[in-house]
Amino acid sequence: MIGVSGIVNRVVDKHGRDKDMLIQILLDLQSGFGWLPREVLAGVRKELGIPLTRVYQVATFYKAFSFAPRGRHRIRVCMGTACQVRGAPLIRDRVQQVLGVEPGETSPDMKFSLETVNCLGCCAMGPVMTIGDEYHGHLTISDVEKTLDKCK
Amino acid sequence: MPRINSASELEKLRQEIRKKRDPKKLSIALCSGTACLASGCESVNEAFESELSKQGLEAEIALRRTGCHGFCERGPLVVIYPEEICYTQVKPEDVPEIVQSAKEKKVIERLLYVDPVTGKKVKREPDIPFYKNQQRFVFGPNRWIDPRSIEDYLYIGGYGALSKALFEMSPDQVLEEVKKADLRGRGGGGFPAGKKWEETKSAPGETKYVIVNCDEGDPGAYMDRSLMEGNPHSVLEGLVIGAYAIGSHEGFIYVRQEYPVACTNIEWAIKQAEEYGLLGENILGSGFNFRVKVHRGAGAFVSGESSALMSAIEGKVGEPKLKYIHTAISGVKDRPSNLNNVETWANVPLIINKGSEWFRSIGSEGSKGTKIFSLVGKVNNTGLVEVPMGMTLRQIIYDIGGGIPKGKKFKGVQTGGPSGGIIPEQYLDTPIDFDELVKLGSMVGSGGMVVMDEETCMVDTARYFIDFCCEESCGKCIPCREGLRVLREILTDICEGRGKDGDIEAIEEVAEVMADASLCALGKTAANPVLTTLKYFGDEYEAHIKEKRCPAKVCSNLINYYIDPDKCEACMICLRNCPSEAIQGGKGLVHWIDQEKCTKCGICYQLCPPRFGAVVKLSGETIPAPTPGKTVVRKKGG
Repeated sequence: MIGVSGIVNRVVDKHGRDKDMLIQILLDLQSGFGWLPREVLAGVRKELGIPLTRVYQVATFYKAFSFAPRGRHRIRVCMGTACQVRGAPLIRDRVQQVLGVEPGETSPDMKFSLETVNCLGCCAMGPVMTIGDEYHGHLTISDVEKTLDKCK
Repeated sequence: MPRINSASELEKLRQEIRKKRDPKKLSIALCSGTACLASGCESVNEAFESELSKQGLEAEIALRRTGCHGFCERGPLVVIYPEEICYTQVKPEDVPEIVQSAKEKKVIERLLYVDPVTGKKVKREPDIPFYKNQQRFVFGPNRWIDPRSIEDYLYIGGYGALSKALFEMSPDQVLEEVKKADLRGRGGGGFPAGKKWEETKSAPGETKYVIVNCDEGDPGAYMDRSLMEGNPHSVLEGLVIGAYAIGSHEGFIYVRQEYPVACTNIEWAIKQAEEYGLLGENILGSGFNFRVKVHRGAGAFVSGESSALMSAIEGKVGEPKLKYIHTAISGVKDRPSNLNNVETWANVPLIINKGSEWFRSIGSEGSKGTKIFSLVGKVNNTGLVEVPMGMTLRQIIYDIGGGIPKGKKFKGVQTGGPSGGIIPEQYLDTPIDFDELVKLGSMVGSGGMVVMDEETCMVDTARYFIDFCCEESCGKCIPCREGLRVLREILTDICEGRGKDGDIEAIEEVAEVMADASLCALGKTAANPVLTTLKYFGDEYEAHIKEKRCPAKVCSNLINYYIDPDKCEACMICLRNCPSEAIQGGKGLVHWIDQEKCTKCGICYQLCPPRFGAVVKLSGETIPAPTPGKTVVRKKGG
């Protein structure tokens, strides 16, 4: 077992222990742990020799970082302009209704987290949502329940 | 692969690759861009692989997974070469038939694209109207190459421009050529790239940086993603040429982490280019050194702004800086830094290969070359289109895009993302270029083109963009941070029926202060969507404020759903699916909506069979009283 500090150490090494690589280091840790626990952030501070405030300043600025564990299924509803004009708000409301969680929340049983995002870059297929890495395009309100059934 | 040490070795290798390949050989190209992946091209690929191996045809038919072809609406796309037969919306079960017919040189009629205008089937890809009216110089090669194969890129002439620049031109000549071409930045404002290069080149300091901006944050735009995923070597080649001209030996490629395939493909391309001696020390034996690092963006719209992006590269918070000193003089680590967007860089090899004269022969007076637009929203053929600058909005939306779906009426087209504006019907014949769109209060931006029909509420759309910018404003300067908050409050009030006299004047005043006093372009331009909608769709604002009515029937506080008792056939579909049990009635009994319970989710409206069309939206009208207990008299055959 290499433990949290071992993992942090390894990731910081991979990026040459370079302070300029803070964002890249945090991205790797985020994707490894699925979120950024306190001890990970403290570990980064220690390894890079920078103030903890700087680690938090960066980590709280960017959207990729999460300070709470995410659910097993990460559901993202695209709210980009192309999806918006094709009815994304109605899709979002329906997903919220079916899952019973608000955007930004994770269900108490840790099964799914719901997020709304600005653009998934899949604009021709709008409205779009992703479940994990899977894209679901051309959604209608009546598709939502069926599509979400997979992770219920 | 041994590294290539000279221009002649590169040409020799290219000839060898070409000799190995027979252009007449049967090959199948499967589009594997993100949209096609989303439509299931992964399983189509598996089906091809297993079918080809089952029939023992792996040597006879080449299967190639390419980047995005552009016609995303119709994915997964399959093109059979050399005839260029294009099949759309291919499913795994179609694959055995495709392989069989390709072998027998036959065409499967049912998988061909049908031109909705003429009703005729179109066999060859270049004859499909969506493609026929485009000029795809930058984006075109995507469909011929596997983005993971440098050999594919070399086969189509790749790195030829780099070799020409390094051995036949001086850095100054390269710069001069790009300046003469009048290449303007494709990422937003359209600043002349050559001028920027020159400023960085002549800035004091030994170390200079060149940067690719692939932080494509504009909602509704995805051309940079598709180029980076589909043809990463073209971007890389442009970057190395730029570095040579500027005298830079170190570069960064900033890719947003939301584009994982783009990150992987560019990393892959860098590795290959290094192995082949096209990147790194002593490139092609010319003595020129250049290294490049990929920097993943962690998700912040404002970080696409040049000075903010440079802070992010330093591992800091991506906030913009005041630009009294240009980043060309003091950027990353306070050193001269030249940043251009993906599409701009991808244009560079073309200019070097074909010359500035050629480049200038395409496009309009003030904007040369082509531009890739993402044509999305309420338009029939959505996808990526590359057209010469100066083409009119009407040509793009109607000739290429095939017009508005379901016979609806065109209302406006949004260009330039949150910094742009919405252009109404009377300006559809405006030629698109950097300067013309600014005159209309909008901009080209990165090339998003979101088409809106009569069912789009312009006040709601303005609120949407302000909401977007509210969330994305970094909060560093007050005009942007507070101005947006005030605009959001006013617009939300208007959308929710609390609009009052004086609101429009307040919006205009706040917008003026934001444009004057904000620190960066995000704040300066954030009010554009509001100002253009006010200018072109002022009557909609009036209807919301004065009559509490949403003409497009979108703003949920101002609309009601209603079932027309004369049209309802009591089919029970809406009644069963209503999540709030607001629909009353029953079998054989006309349905009606209990307005107290209705949450206006719109499910009944979407589910009511179009042949009945009984569920309607009302705004500003009195809702007729329900008729509980009314029975349905079924029409014969109905």
